[in-house]
Amino acid sequence: MKEKIVEKILTLLAFSAIGLLLLITIFIFKEGFPVIIKTGLTDFLFSAKWAPTKNHFGILAMIISSLAVTFAAILMGVPLALACAITLAEFCPPRLLVILKPTIELLAGIPSVVYGFLGVILLVPLIRDYLGGPGLSLLAASMILAIMILPTITSISIDALQAVPLLYKEGALAMGATHWQAIRLVLLPAARSGVVTAIILGMARAIGETMAVIMVAGNALKIPVSLIDPVRTLTSTIALEMGYSAGDHRTALFAAGIVLFIFIMALNILANLLMRKK
Amino acid sequence: MRLNPITTQKCVKALLWFLTGSTIGILFFIILFIFLKGLPQISWTFLFTNPVDMGRSGGILATIVSTIYLIGIALFFATPLGLGTAIFLTEYTREGIVTKIIRFGTESLAGIPSIILGLFGFAIFVIAFGWGWSLLSGGLTLSVMLLPTIIRTSEESIIAVPLEYREVSFSLGLGKWKTITRVVLPSALPGIVTGIVLSIARSIGETAVIIFTAGSSLRLPKSIFESGRTMAVHFYILAREGISMPMAYGTAAILVLLILIINICAYMAMRFLMKRYS
Repeated sequence: MKEKIVEKILTLLAFSAIGLLLLITIFIFKEGFPVIIKTGLTDFLFSAKWAPTKNHFGILAMIISSLAVTFAAILMGVPLALACAITLAEFCPPRLLVILKPTIELLAGIPSVVYGFLGVILLVPLIRDYLGGPGLSLLAASMILAIMILPTITSISIDALQAVPLLYKEGALAMGATHWQAIRLVLLPAARSGVVTAIILGMARAIGETMAVIMVAGNALKIPVSLIDPVRTLTSTIALEMGYSAGDHRTALFAAGIVLFIFIMALNILANLLMRKK
Repeated sequence: MRLNPITTQKCVKALLWFLTGSTIGILFFIILFIFLKGLPQISWTFLFTNPVDMGRSGGILATIVSTIYLIGIALFFATPLGLGTAIFLTEYTREGIVTKIIRFGTESLAGIPSIILGLFGFAIFVIAFGWGWSLLSGGLTLSVMLLPTIIRTSEESIIAVPLEYREVSFSLGLGKWKTITRVVLPSALPGIVTGIVLSIARSIGETAVIIFTAGSSLRLPKSIFESGRTMAVHFYILAREGISMPMAYGTAAILVLLILIINICAYMAMRFLMKRYS
Protein backbone atom coordinates (compact mmCIF):
# COMPACT_ATOMS: atom_id res chain seq x y z
CA MET A 1 0.00 0.00 0.00
CA LYS A 2 2.69 2.44 1.08
CA GLU A 3 4.84 1.39 -1.85
CA LYS A 4 2.01 2.28 -4.24
CA ILE A 5 1.62 5.75 -2.74
CA VAL A 6 5.36 6.39 -2.93
CA GLU A 7 5.41 5.34 -6.56
CA LYS A 8 2.49 7.66 -7.36
CA ILE A 9 4.20 10.61 -5.66
CA LEU A 10 7.51 9.97 -7.42
CA THR A 11 5.77 9.69 -10.79
CA LEU A 12 4.15 13.02 -10.11
CA LEU A 13 7.47 14.64 -9.14
CA ALA A 14 9.12 13.21 -12.24
CA PHE A 15 6.84 15.22 -14.44
CA SER A 16 7.79 18.47 -12.69
CA ALA A 17 10.44 19.45 -15.26
CA ILE A 18 8.24 18.91 -18.30
CA GLY A 19 5.33 20.49 -16.41
CA LEU A 20 7.39 23.59 -15.67
CA LEU A 21 8.49 23.76 -19.29
CA LEU A 22 4.83 23.75 -20.34
CA LEU A 23 3.96 26.33 -17.72
CA ILE A 24 6.77 28.61 -18.92
CA THR A 25 5.62 28.24 -22.53
CA ILE A 26 2.01 29.00 -21.62
CA PHE A 27 2.85 32.03 -19.49
CA ILE A 28 5.27 33.61 -21.96
CA PHE A 29 2.81 33.13 -24.82
CA LYS A 30 -0.21 34.26 -22.84
CA GLU A 31 1.57 37.45 -21.74
CA GLY A 32 3.12 38.31 -25.08
CA PHE A 33 0.63 37.22 -27.67
CA PRO A 34 -1.87 40.10 -27.45
CA VAL A 35 0.67 42.61 -28.75
CA ILE A 36 1.67 40.38 -31.67
CA ILE A 37 -1.99 40.18 -32.71
CA LYS A 38 -2.46 43.91 -32.23
CA THR A 39 0.66 44.86 -34.21
CA GLY A 40 0.34 42.06 -36.73
CA LEU A 41 2.95 39.32 -36.95
CA THR A 42 4.74 40.67 -40.03
CA ASP A 43 4.88 44.19 -38.64
CA PHE A 44 6.14 42.94 -35.30
CA LEU A 45 8.88 40.78 -36.84
CA PHE A 46 9.87 42.86 -39.85
CA SER A 47 9.62 46.45 -38.71
CA ALA A 48 12.76 47.93 -37.22
CA LYS A 49 10.87 50.71 -35.48
CA TRP A 50 10.61 50.20 -31.72
CA ALA A 51 8.92 53.19 -30.12
CA PRO A 52 7.16 52.16 -26.92
CA THR A 53 5.94 55.70 -26.21
CA LYS A 54 4.16 55.78 -29.59
CA ASN A 55 2.89 52.25 -29.14
CA HIS A 56 4.88 51.02 -32.09
CA PHE A 57 6.62 47.71 -31.63
CA GLY A 58 8.88 46.24 -34.31
CA ILE A 59 11.76 44.00 -33.30
CA LEU A 60 13.66 43.49 -36.57
CA ALA A 61 16.73 45.45 -35.41
CA MET A 62 16.94 43.37 -32.24
CA ILE A 63 16.53 40.06 -34.08
CA ILE A 64 19.29 41.01 -36.50
CA SER A 65 21.50 42.20 -33.64
CA SER A 66 20.93 38.99 -31.67
CA LEU A 67 21.74 36.84 -34.70
CA ALA A 68 24.78 38.95 -35.63
CA VAL A 69 26.23 38.79 -32.13
CA THR A 70 25.59 35.04 -31.96
CA PHE A 71 27.15 34.24 -35.34
CA ALA A 72 30.18 36.42 -34.68
CA ALA A 73 30.62 34.69 -31.32
CA ILE A 74 30.38 31.28 -33.00
CA LEU A 75 32.87 32.34 -35.67
CA MET A 76 35.41 33.32 -33.03
CA GLY A 77 34.55 30.79 -30.35
CA VAL A 78 34.27 27.57 -32.35
CA PRO A 79 37.84 27.42 -33.72
CA LEU A 80 39.23 28.17 -30.27
CA ALA A 81 36.89 25.67 -28.61
CA LEU A 82 37.71 22.96 -31.13
CA ALA A 83 41.43 23.62 -30.75
CA CYS A 84 41.04 23.11 -27.00
CA ALA A 85 38.93 19.98 -27.52
CA ILE A 86 41.39 18.36 -29.96
CA THR A 87 44.39 19.22 -27.78
CA LEU A 88 42.77 17.87 -24.64
CA ALA A 89 41.27 14.75 -26.21
CA GLU A 90 44.24 13.78 -28.39
CA PHE A 91 47.53 15.47 -27.52
CA CYS A 92 47.18 15.79 -23.80
CA PRO A 93 48.48 13.09 -21.42
CA PRO A 94 45.59 11.66 -19.30
CA ARG A 95 47.12 13.00 -16.10
CA LEU A 96 47.04 16.54 -17.46
CA LEU A 97 43.55 16.05 -18.94
CA VAL A 98 41.96 15.55 -15.53
CA ILE A 99 43.33 18.96 -14.51
CA LEU A 100 42.89 20.92 -17.73
CA LYS A 101 39.31 19.85 -18.57
CA PRO A 102 37.78 21.11 -15.29
CA THR A 103 39.97 24.22 -15.58
CA ILE A 104 38.40 25.08 -18.92
CA GLU A 105 34.96 24.19 -17.56
CA LEU A 106 35.59 26.68 -14.76
CA LEU A 107 35.29 29.42 -17.40
CA ALA A 108 31.57 28.55 -17.47
CA GLY A 109 31.39 29.20 -13.74
CA ILE A 110 32.54 32.83 -13.89
CA PRO A 111 29.35 34.93 -13.52
CA SER A 112 28.21 36.68 -16.68
CA VAL A 113 28.20 40.05 -14.90
CA VAL A 114 31.92 39.60 -14.24
CA TYR A 115 32.53 38.91 -17.93
CA GLY A 116 30.51 41.98 -18.84
CA PHE A 117 32.40 44.13 -16.35
CA LEU A 118 35.83 43.00 -17.57
CA GLY A 119 34.62 43.58 -21.12
CA VAL A 120 33.74 47.17 -20.26
CA ILE A 121 36.96 48.07 -18.51
CA LEU A 122 39.46 46.09 -20.61
CA LEU A 123 38.08 45.22 -24.03
CA VAL A 124 35.89 48.23 -24.83
CA PRO A 125 38.70 50.83 -24.48
CA LEU A 126 40.95 48.72 -26.75
CA ILE A 127 38.29 48.57 -29.46
CA ARG A 128 37.56 52.29 -29.11
CA ASP A 129 41.24 53.24 -29.39
CA TYR A 130 42.31 50.90 -32.16
CA LEU A 131 39.21 50.36 -34.29
CA GLY A 132 37.19 53.49 -33.59
CA GLY A 133 33.52 53.86 -32.76
CA PRO A 134 32.20 53.99 -29.21
CA GLY A 135 33.92 50.75 -28.24
CA LEU A 136 30.70 49.37 -26.83
CA SER A 137 29.90 47.26 -29.86
CA LEU A 138 28.84 44.11 -31.63
CA LEU A 139 32.50 43.10 -31.68
CA ALA A 140 32.95 43.52 -27.93
CA ALA A 141 29.77 41.54 -27.21
CA SER A 142 30.66 38.70 -29.52
CA MET A 143 34.24 38.45 -28.21
CA ILE A 144 32.96 38.14 -24.64
CA LEU A 145 30.34 35.61 -25.77
CA ALA A 146 32.97 33.59 -27.64
CA ILE A 147 34.78 33.04 -24.33
CA MET A 148 31.54 32.34 -22.48
CA ILE A 149 30.37 29.61 -24.87
CA LEU A 150 33.80 28.02 -25.21
CA PRO A 151 33.52 25.64 -22.23
CA THR A 152 30.17 24.25 -23.47
CA ILE A 153 31.50 23.56 -26.96
CA THR A 154 34.87 22.22 -25.76
CA SER A 155 33.41 19.92 -23.16
CA ILE A 156 30.82 18.29 -25.46
CA SER A 157 33.32 18.04 -28.33
CA ILE A 158 35.83 16.25 -26.08
CA ASP A 159 33.14 13.71 -25.20
CA ALA A 160 32.30 13.29 -28.90
CA LEU A 161 35.97 12.79 -29.84
CA GLN A 162 36.50 10.30 -27.03
CA ALA A 163 33.38 8.37 -28.07
CA VAL A 164 34.89 7.51 -31.47
CA PRO A 165 35.97 3.84 -31.32
CA LEU A 166 39.73 3.51 -30.83
CA LEU A 167 39.81 1.09 -33.79
CA TYR A 168 39.19 3.95 -36.23
CA LYS A 169 42.23 5.83 -35.08
CA GLU A 170 44.38 2.71 -34.86
CA GLY A 171 43.31 1.77 -38.37
CA ALA A 172 44.39 5.14 -39.71
CA LEU A 173 47.69 5.06 -37.83
CA ALA A 174 48.36 1.52 -39.06
CA MET A 175 47.89 2.73 -42.65
CA GLY A 176 50.73 5.15 -42.06
CA ALA A 177 48.77 8.33 -41.32
CA THR A 178 50.34 10.77 -38.89
CA HIS A 179 48.44 11.50 -35.67
CA TRP A 180 47.20 14.81 -37.06
CA GLN A 181 46.09 13.19 -40.34
CA ALA A 182 44.17 10.60 -38.32
CA ILE A 183 42.47 13.37 -36.34
CA ARG A 184 41.63 15.46 -39.38
CA LEU A 185 40.58 12.70 -41.76
CA VAL A 186 39.13 10.07 -39.42
CA LEU A 187 38.38 11.28 -35.90
CA LEU A 188 36.79 14.66 -36.67
CA PRO A 189 34.48 13.32 -39.41
CA ALA A 190 33.45 10.44 -37.13
CA ALA A 191 32.71 12.84 -34.26
CA ARG A 192 30.93 15.31 -36.52
CA SER A 193 27.40 14.99 -35.16
CA GLY A 194 28.65 15.46 -31.58
CA VAL A 195 30.66 18.51 -32.55
CA VAL A 196 27.71 20.02 -34.41
CA THR A 197 25.51 19.40 -31.35
CA ALA A 198 28.11 21.19 -29.25
CA ILE A 199 28.09 24.19 -31.59
CA ILE A 200 24.27 24.35 -31.60
CA LEU A 201 24.15 24.31 -27.80
CA GLY A 202 26.82 27.01 -27.80
CA MET A 203 24.63 29.10 -30.12
CA ALA A 204 21.66 28.65 -27.79
CA ARG A 205 23.77 29.92 -24.90
CA ALA A 206 25.02 32.90 -26.86
CA ILE A 207 21.63 34.03 -28.11
CA GLY A 208 20.13 33.77 -24.61
CA GLU A 209 22.95 35.51 -22.73
CA THR A 210 21.84 38.80 -21.24
CA MET A 211 23.85 40.55 -18.57
CA ALA A 212 27.28 40.40 -20.22
CA VAL A 213 25.80 41.58 -23.51
CA ILE A 214 23.94 44.50 -21.90
CA MET A 215 27.16 45.74 -20.37
CA VAL A 216 29.34 45.72 -23.51
CA ALA A 217 27.04 45.96 -26.54
CA GLY A 218 26.20 49.66 -26.28
CA ASN A 219 22.45 49.05 -26.64
CA ALA A 220 21.75 51.42 -29.54
CA LEU A 221 18.50 50.54 -31.25
CA LYS A 222 19.40 50.17 -34.93
CA ILE A 223 20.36 47.56 -37.45
CA PRO A 224 24.15 47.15 -37.21
CA VAL A 225 26.16 47.67 -40.39
CA SER A 226 29.65 47.10 -39.02
CA LEU A 227 31.37 45.18 -36.24
CA ILE A 228 32.10 48.32 -34.25
CA ASP A 229 28.47 49.48 -34.23
CA PRO A 230 26.67 49.39 -30.88
CA VAL A 231 23.79 46.90 -30.92
CA ARG A 232 20.83 46.00 -28.78
CA THR A 233 19.83 42.34 -28.70
CA LEU A 234 16.45 40.81 -27.84
CA THR A 235 17.70 39.82 -24.41
CA SER A 236 19.13 43.24 -23.56
CA THR A 237 15.94 45.02 -24.63
CA ILE A 238 13.88 42.80 -22.34
CA ALA A 239 16.25 43.29 -19.42
CA LEU A 240 16.72 47.04 -19.90
CA GLU A 241 13.06 47.97 -20.29
CA MET A 242 11.29 45.45 -18.07
CA GLY A 243 11.87 47.51 -14.95
CA TYR A 244 9.85 50.55 -16.03
CA SER A 245 7.53 49.14 -18.69
CA ALA A 246 3.76 48.88 -18.33
CA GLY A 247 0.74 48.01 -20.43
CA ASP A 248 1.39 47.27 -24.09
CA HIS A 249 5.07 48.00 -23.70
CA ARG A 250 5.43 45.22 -21.13
CA THR A 251 3.39 42.86 -23.32
CA ALA A 252 5.67 43.68 -26.25
CA LEU A 253 8.70 42.70 -24.14
CA PHE A 254 7.06 39.35 -23.45
CA ALA A 255 6.41 39.06 -27.19
CA ALA A 256 10.14 39.60 -27.79
CA GLY A 257 10.60 36.83 -25.21
CA ILE A 258 8.38 34.54 -27.33
CA VAL A 259 10.64 35.05 -30.35
CA LEU A 260 13.72 34.35 -28.24
CA PHE A 261 12.02 31.30 -26.72
CA ILE A 262 11.20 29.91 -30.18
CA PHE A 263 14.82 30.37 -31.34
CA ILE A 264 16.12 28.58 -28.23
CA MET A 265 13.63 25.72 -28.38
CA ALA A 266 14.39 25.19 -32.08
CA LEU A 267 18.11 24.97 -31.31
CA ASN A 268 17.48 22.66 -28.32
CA ILE A 269 15.28 20.32 -30.34
CA LEU A 270 17.81 20.28 -33.18
CA ALA A 271 20.59 19.37 -30.72
CA ASN A 272 18.35 16.71 -29.22
CA LEU A 273 17.62 15.13 -32.61
CA LEU A 274 21.30 15.12 -33.58
CA MET A 275 22.24 13.51 -30.29
CA ARG A 276 19.61 10.82 -30.76
CA LYS A 277 20.68 10.07 -34.33
CA LYS A 278 24.01 8.93 -32.97
CA MET B 1 54.70 23.68 -52.00
CA ARG B 2 53.49 20.70 -50.01
CA LEU B 3 54.68 20.34 -46.48
CA ASN B 4 55.89 17.05 -45.21
CA PRO B 5 53.07 15.50 -43.08
CA ILE B 6 55.32 15.21 -40.06
CA THR B 7 56.29 18.89 -40.24
CA THR B 8 52.60 19.78 -40.67
CA GLN B 9 51.76 17.77 -37.59
CA LYS B 10 54.43 19.56 -35.57
CA CYS B 11 53.12 22.97 -36.63
CA VAL B 12 49.49 22.06 -35.98
CA LYS B 13 50.31 20.60 -32.61
CA ALA B 14 52.18 23.75 -31.60
CA LEU B 15 49.31 25.94 -32.79
CA LEU B 16 46.67 23.88 -30.96
CA TRP B 17 48.66 23.89 -27.72
CA PHE B 18 49.15 27.63 -28.09
CA LEU B 19 45.39 28.20 -28.47
CA THR B 20 44.60 25.93 -25.51
CA GLY B 21 47.23 27.69 -23.44
CA SER B 22 45.75 31.08 -24.34
CA THR B 23 42.28 29.93 -23.29
CA ILE B 24 43.54 28.78 -19.93
CA GLY B 25 45.55 32.00 -19.77
CA ILE B 26 42.32 34.01 -20.15
CA LEU B 27 40.78 32.17 -17.21
CA PHE B 28 43.78 32.80 -14.98
CA PHE B 29 43.92 36.41 -16.10
CA ILE B 30 40.25 36.94 -15.18
CA ILE B 31 40.69 35.38 -11.74
CA LEU B 32 43.96 37.17 -11.01
CA PHE B 33 42.67 40.54 -12.20
CA ILE B 34 39.57 40.36 -10.02
CA PHE B 35 41.57 39.14 -7.02
CA LEU B 36 44.30 41.76 -7.34
CA LYS B 37 41.78 44.58 -7.53
CA GLY B 38 39.18 43.14 -5.19
CA LEU B 39 40.81 41.18 -2.39
CA PRO B 40 42.41 44.29 -0.80
CA GLN B 41 38.90 45.75 -0.41
CA ILE B 42 37.70 42.84 1.67
CA SER B 43 37.76 43.25 5.40
CA TRP B 44 35.70 42.36 8.43
CA THR B 45 33.65 45.55 8.08
CA PHE B 46 33.14 44.91 4.36
CA LEU B 47 31.58 41.54 5.08
CA PHE B 48 29.64 42.36 8.22
CA THR B 49 28.18 45.83 7.82
CA ASN B 50 25.25 46.85 5.68
CA PRO B 51 25.69 48.96 2.55
CA VAL B 52 25.50 52.69 3.22
CA ASP B 53 24.56 55.37 0.69
CA MET B 54 23.52 52.99 -2.16
CA GLY B 55 26.65 50.93 -1.58
CA ARG B 56 29.18 53.79 -1.79
CA SER B 57 30.44 52.89 1.65
CA GLY B 58 29.72 50.36 4.35
CA GLY B 59 29.78 46.69 3.45
CA ILE B 60 27.72 44.05 1.74
CA LEU B 61 26.08 42.21 4.65
CA ALA B 62 22.50 42.67 3.38
CA THR B 63 23.43 41.26 -0.02
CA ILE B 64 25.09 38.23 1.56
CA VAL B 65 21.95 37.58 3.64
CA SER B 66 19.69 37.99 0.57
CA THR B 67 21.89 35.59 -1.43
CA ILE B 68 21.68 32.96 1.33
CA TYR B 69 17.89 33.38 1.60
CA LEU B 70 17.43 32.99 -2.16
CA ILE B 71 19.63 29.92 -2.44
CA GLY B 72 17.94 28.37 0.59
CA ILE B 73 14.46 28.88 -0.86
CA ALA B 74 15.54 27.64 -4.30
CA LEU B 75 17.08 24.45 -2.88
CA PHE B 76 14.10 23.88 -0.58
CA PHE B 77 11.91 23.48 -3.67
CA ALA B 78 14.36 22.15 -6.25
CA THR B 79 15.95 19.38 -4.15
CA PRO B 80 12.83 17.25 -3.46
CA LEU B 81 11.57 17.72 -7.03
CA GLY B 82 14.94 16.91 -8.55
CA LEU B 83 15.72 14.00 -6.26
CA GLY B 84 12.21 12.56 -6.73
CA THR B 85 12.57 12.76 -10.50
CA ALA B 86 15.99 11.11 -10.35
CA ILE B 87 14.70 8.26 -8.14
CA PHE B 88 11.76 7.72 -10.45
CA LEU B 89 13.97 7.66 -13.55
CA THR B 90 16.49 5.25 -12.09
CA GLU B 91 14.48 2.95 -9.83
CA TYR B 92 10.86 2.97 -10.95
CA THR B 93 10.83 2.91 -14.69
CA ARG B 94 12.49 1.45 -17.74
CA GLU B 95 13.76 3.42 -20.71
CA GLY B 96 10.72 4.11 -22.84
CA ILE B 97 8.42 6.81 -24.04
CA VAL B 98 7.82 8.16 -20.51
CA THR B 99 11.52 8.57 -19.71
CA LYS B 100 12.05 10.11 -23.16
CA ILE B 101 9.43 12.76 -22.41
CA ILE B 102 10.86 13.46 -18.96
CA ARG B 103 14.40 13.68 -20.30
CA PHE B 104 13.31 15.99 -23.11
CA GLY B 105 11.65 18.23 -20.52
CA THR B 106 14.74 18.27 -18.33
CA GLU B 107 17.15 18.99 -21.18
CA SER B 108 14.97 21.72 -22.65
CA LEU B 109 14.53 23.32 -19.25
CA ALA B 110 18.31 23.33 -18.84
CA GLY B 111 18.59 25.18 -22.14
CA ILE B 112 16.10 27.96 -21.32
CA PRO B 113 18.09 31.18 -20.84
CA SER B 114 17.84 32.89 -17.50
CA ILE B 115 16.17 35.98 -18.98
CA ILE B 116 13.19 33.85 -20.11
CA LEU B 117 13.01 32.30 -16.65
CA GLY B 118 13.09 35.81 -15.25
CA LEU B 119 10.14 36.83 -17.44
CA PHE B 120 8.27 33.70 -16.40
CA GLY B 121 8.92 34.25 -12.70
CA PHE B 122 7.89 37.87 -13.03
CA ALA B 123 4.61 36.97 -14.79
CA ILE B 124 3.64 34.15 -12.44
CA PHE B 125 5.03 34.90 -8.97
CA VAL B 126 5.42 38.67 -8.96
CA ILE B 127 2.22 39.55 -10.87
CA ALA B 128 -0.21 36.59 -11.00
CA PHE B 129 0.40 35.39 -7.43
CA GLY B 130 0.78 38.93 -6.20
CA TRP B 131 3.96 38.31 -4.19
CA GLY B 132 5.68 41.32 -5.74
CA TRP B 133 9.45 41.56 -5.92
CA SER B 134 10.36 39.26 -3.09
CA LEU B 135 12.86 36.66 -2.00
CA LEU B 136 10.11 34.05 -2.33
CA SER B 137 9.41 34.93 -5.98
CA GLY B 138 13.15 35.00 -6.72
CA GLY B 139 13.85 31.74 -4.91
CA LEU B 140 11.05 29.91 -6.68
CA THR B 141 12.21 31.12 -10.09
CA LEU B 142 15.79 30.19 -9.24
CA SER B 143 14.61 26.69 -8.28
CA VAL B 144 13.31 26.23 -11.86
CA MET B 145 16.81 27.04 -13.09
CA LEU B 146 18.47 24.61 -10.69
CA LEU B 147 16.06 21.70 -11.21
CA PRO B 148 17.70 20.22 -14.35
CA THR B 149 21.18 20.25 -12.77
CA ILE B 150 19.94 18.54 -9.62
CA ILE B 151 18.03 15.92 -11.62
CA ARG B 152 21.07 15.13 -13.76
CA THR B 153 23.65 14.89 -10.99
CA SER B 154 21.33 12.91 -8.68
CA GLU B 155 20.50 10.50 -11.48
CA GLU B 156 24.17 9.92 -12.24
CA SER B 157 25.07 9.25 -8.64
CA ILE B 158 22.10 6.89 -8.09
CA ILE B 159 22.99 4.91 -11.22
CA ALA B 160 26.56 4.60 -9.95
CA VAL B 161 25.39 2.63 -6.86
CA PRO B 162 26.20 -1.02 -7.66
CA LEU B 163 23.20 -3.26 -8.41
CA GLU B 164 24.39 -5.80 -5.81
CA TYR B 165 23.54 -3.36 -3.00
CA ARG B 166 19.89 -3.45 -4.06
CA GLU B 167 19.88 -7.23 -4.58
CA VAL B 168 21.29 -7.88 -1.12
CA SER B 169 18.75 -5.52 0.41
CA PHE B 170 15.86 -7.21 -1.42
CA SER B 171 17.10 -10.66 -0.42
CA LEU B 172 17.08 -9.55 3.22
CA GLY B 173 13.39 -8.80 2.81
CA LEU B 174 13.43 -5.01 2.60
CA GLY B 175 10.78 -3.44 0.39
CA LYS B 176 11.56 -1.27 -2.57
CA TRP B 177 11.13 2.11 -0.85
CA LYS B 178 13.09 0.95 2.24
CA THR B 179 15.86 -0.27 -0.05
CA ILE B 180 15.98 3.12 -1.70
CA THR B 181 15.97 5.16 1.50
CA ARG B 182 18.19 2.87 3.60
CA VAL B 183 20.62 1.51 1.01
CA VAL B 184 20.65 3.34 -2.31
CA LEU B 185 20.31 6.97 -1.20
CA PRO B 186 22.95 6.80 1.56
CA SER B 187 25.46 5.40 -0.93
CA ALA B 188 24.52 8.00 -3.53
CA LEU B 189 24.41 10.84 -1.01
CA PRO B 190 27.91 12.28 -1.55
CA GLY B 191 27.26 12.55 -5.29
CA ILE B 192 23.86 14.11 -4.75
CA VAL B 193 25.32 16.66 -2.33
CA THR B 194 28.07 17.50 -4.82
CA GLY B 195 25.38 18.26 -7.41
CA ILE B 196 23.52 20.49 -4.98
CA VAL B 197 26.71 22.32 -4.05
CA LEU B 198 27.51 22.92 -7.73
CA SER B 199 24.05 24.36 -8.23
CA ILE B 200 24.77 26.75 -5.34
CA ALA B 201 27.79 27.99 -7.30
CA ARG B 202 25.54 28.64 -10.29
CA SER B 203 23.02 30.54 -8.16
CA ILE B 204 25.69 32.78 -6.67
CA GLY B 205 26.60 34.23 -10.06
CA GLU B 206 23.07 34.50 -11.43
CA THR B 207 21.61 37.93 -12.13
CA ALA B 208 19.00 38.01 -14.90
CA VAL B 209 16.62 35.60 -13.14
CA ILE B 210 16.83 37.43 -9.84
CA ILE B 211 16.69 41.08 -10.80
CA PHE B 212 13.10 40.68 -12.21
CA THR B 213 11.78 38.51 -9.43
CA ALA B 214 13.53 39.48 -6.21
CA GLY B 215 14.05 43.14 -7.07
CA SER B 216 17.05 45.04 -5.78
CA SER B 217 16.20 46.49 -2.38
CA LEU B 218 19.33 47.07 -0.35
CA ARG B 219 17.72 46.69 3.06
CA LEU B 220 18.46 43.67 5.21
CA PRO B 221 15.52 41.34 4.45
CA LYS B 222 13.41 40.39 7.45
CA SER B 223 11.09 37.93 5.74
CA ILE B 224 10.85 36.02 2.48
CA PHE B 225 8.09 38.36 1.31
CA GLU B 226 10.51 41.29 1.16
CA SER B 227 12.63 42.29 -1.79
CA GLY B 228 16.37 41.66 -1.58
CA ARG B 229 19.51 42.28 -3.59
CA THR B 230 21.99 39.43 -4.07
CA MET B 231 25.75 39.93 -4.28
CA ALA B 232 25.76 39.43 -8.07
CA VAL B 233 22.96 41.97 -8.58
CA HIS B 234 24.71 44.39 -6.20
CA PHE B 235 27.93 44.04 -8.19
CA TYR B 236 26.02 44.63 -11.45
CA ILE B 237 24.39 47.80 -10.14
CA LEU B 238 27.60 49.14 -8.55
CA ALA B 239 29.58 48.59 -11.74
CA ARG B 240 26.94 49.63 -14.28
CA GLU B 241 25.88 52.80 -12.54
CA GLY B 242 29.46 53.58 -11.57
CA ILE B 243 28.50 53.95 -7.90
CA SER B 244 31.74 52.74 -6.43
CA MET B 245 34.52 50.87 -8.19
CA PRO B 246 36.34 49.69 -5.04
CA MET B 247 33.08 48.27 -3.68
CA ALA B 248 32.34 46.65 -7.05
CA TYR B 249 35.77 45.00 -7.16
CA GLY B 250 35.41 43.80 -3.58
CA THR B 251 32.02 42.23 -4.31
CA ALA B 252 33.30 40.64 -7.52
CA ALA B 253 36.26 39.15 -5.66
CA ILE B 254 33.93 37.56 -3.10
CA LEU B 255 31.76 36.15 -5.92
CA VAL B 256 34.70 34.68 -7.83
CA LEU B 257 36.35 33.38 -4.67
CA LEU B 258 33.19 31.55 -3.54
CA ILE B 259 32.62 30.07 -6.99
CA LEU B 260 36.24 28.97 -7.23
CA ILE B 261 36.22 27.30 -3.81
CA ILE B 262 32.91 25.52 -4.46
CA ASN B 263 33.97 24.25 -7.88
CA ILE B 264 37.34 22.99 -6.68
CA CYS B 265 35.83 21.23 -3.65
CA ALA B 266 33.05 19.68 -5.76
CA TYR B 267 35.59 18.51 -8.32
CA MET B 268 37.79 16.91 -5.70
CA ALA B 269 34.78 15.21 -4.12
CA MET B 270 33.72 13.90 -7.53
CA ARG B 271 37.21 12.49 -8.22
CA PHE B 272 37.19 10.81 -4.83
CA LEU B 273 33.78 9.26 -5.51
CA MET B 274 34.77 8.03 -8.94
CA LYS B 275 37.77 6.25 -7.43
CA ARG B 276 35.55 4.64 -4.80
CA TYR B 277 33.22 3.07 -7.34
CA SER B 278 35.73 1.98 -9.94
